[in-house]
Amino acid sequence: MLKIWSMKQKQQQDESAATGPKKKKVTAAQLRVQKDLSELSLGSTMKTYFPNPDDILNFTLTIEPDEGMYKGGRFNFSFAINQNFPHDPPKVKCTQKIYHPNIDLEGNVCLNILREDWKPVLNLNAVIVGLQFLFLEPNASDPLNKEAAEDLKSNREGFKRNVRSAMGGGSVKGQSYERVLK
Amino acid sequence: MAEDSKPNFSNGAGAQRLRWKYLDNILNRPGPFTDPDWEPGEAVVEGLSRAKILGAGGLGCEILKNLALSGFKDIHVIDMDTIDVSNLNRQFLFRHADVGKFKAEVAARFVEKRVKGVKITPYCGKIQDKDEDYYMQFAMIVCGLDSIEARRWINATLVGMVDENDPDSLKPLIDGGTEGFKGQARVIFPTMTSCIECQLDMHAPRAAVPLCTLATIPRQPQHCIEWAHIIAWEEERKDITLDNDDPEHITWLYQKALKRAQEFNISGVTYSMTQGVVKNIIPAIASTNAIVAASCCNEAFKIATSTNPFLGFPETDNYMMYTGDESIYTYTFQHMKKPDCPVCGNLAKNLEVDPAFTLQDFIESLAERPEAQLKKPTIRTEAKSLYYQSPPALEEQTRPNLSKKLNELVSDGEEVAISDPAFQITFKFKLLFSK
Ligand SMILES: [Zn+2]
Repeated sequence: MLKIWSMKQKQQQDESAATGPKKKKVTAAQLRVQKDLSELSLGSTMKTYFPNPDDILNFTLTIEPDEGMYKGGRFNFSFAINQNFPHDPPKVKCTQKIYHPNIDLEGNVCLNILREDWKPVLNLNAVIVGLQFLFLEPNASDPLNKEAAEDLKSNREGFKRNVRSAMGGGSVKGQSYERVLK
Repeated sequence: MAEDSKPNFSNGAGAQRLRWKYLDNILNRPGPFTDPDWEPGEAVVEGLSRAKILGAGGLGCEILKNLALSGFKDIHVIDMDTIDVSNLNRQFLFRHADVGKFKAEVAARFVEKRVKGVKITPYCGKIQDKDEDYYMQFAMIVCGLDSIEARRWINATLVGMVDENDPDSLKPLIDGGTEGFKGQARVIFPTMTSCIECQLDMHAPRAAVPLCTLATIPRQPQHCIEWAHIIAWEEERKDITLDNDDPEHITWLYQKALKRAQEFNISGVTYSMTQGVVKNIIPAIASTNAIVAASCCNEAFKIATSTNPFLGFPETDNYMMYTGDESIYTYTFQHMKKPDCPVCGNLAKNLEVDPAFTLQDFIESLAERPEAQLKKPTIRTEAKSLYYQSPPALEEQTRPNLSKKLNELVSDGEEVAISDPAFQITFKFKLLFSK
């Protein structure tokens, strides 16, 4: 061990590592989220909101699609990141009840990189790009809201009408949805 | 000459020392791999018995036994679990009468009884309950933890403890892990060699099934359990926090999963499978655990005694992977330290600051620092977001801090992490108030 210590001292000759009183350190998850936040490209269609600005692990993302079938809506997602990030993916949920084939009525989102295809090299930007994409290209082959997926598959025009009425706070096939228009 | 190589019985009675006859052969004479300056004999034996060592986690039974039989005499063990009936098949230190008791406690008493002269101090709780002062007392730490989170925690703690003026603050971390027929043993010299955080991508991500499969076309009993776990619970019992150890909760999930499985004509959902899926229990193979724990303890022995070259010596191999699922294969290599590792890549440096400076003043001073000119710094402490350049909402929320004085925002000696788009790494500074 002494030998290793002398190597250590050689290694550190010109660095001056901190010593002194021990205080709580910024956690690895916080460091990574801090970096990810600085690399977010939100553009004009997305905004974040931090209920407690000191807690960067929990926030809301608002998406306002400017094209596609969901244009004119304002969709909110909660992000909950744990201390095991980026080994664990962020937990993302839609906080509104919306009509979308890949989002169920509880707000669960079917997006591969949030679950089965998550890797620590992916960052928060990849997640928000993925979410944005869900509004541009809702996908009938990964259904979480089965009825919406059926509608999209069988009758695209009818699906579009359903999206409009659900976004206005109307009901589709007996299920009422939340008004999400700006 | 023959006299010289005779073991030196310094510890306890000669008869007792006989137990360590083979160990003494290694401790009392130089071998082909020992360092020229290494001196065999009593001092090495003494060093081994005095080396206080900590074993923790699920491989605990194996580790404890191996350490005790390798000549360590002062062993501490941490484990938060109690003994479950299902442990008895492989965790050989436990008997039926021990079910319900703390593993650390029972294991410690058992090994103490079997290996005379060894003192084992159990702690029944989480490794996170203990602080730096506690970890400082050990010569090294051997971990067989079953969660990545706990590994990352002990790793960051040991990296943070290294004090360049104190050789005792460098604690080798020996980490073992298994998953079915696969496993690994690795040795980390905190701040000197690649750490757990550097090696995060070596852990296979948790296998997951797409959410839409769970929701619409389950094919396996596990899919039905995952559905109950992730979707049904949220729908029907949102206000109750799921407790994996509460039998009522597991029963509820089990019944939900069973009903769903019947709807989809899937058989095989059982209570214990429900428990396994929800707790993400990875099947433990007794022999894999034994192999990996043995490898970890051999490294601990070699580090403590310098009898042979060990895994993890700086600039050499530090990671041994063992693969037993496709025949048998082991591969030992050097995992390189990552220069941008958030834990060991950039250690906190002392920075003297005027506590009456505003955050704005401080940020401006960072732009003029010689080693890294931080022009657009984002800065936080563990508890507070001091100033974020982006996203815009957070910038706006943290902007009022710019006009506050440093002593209103941080305490003397507190660590700040500073990132800047111009740099891959995050800088850490310990802010020391000038008097
Ligand atoms: Zn590292």
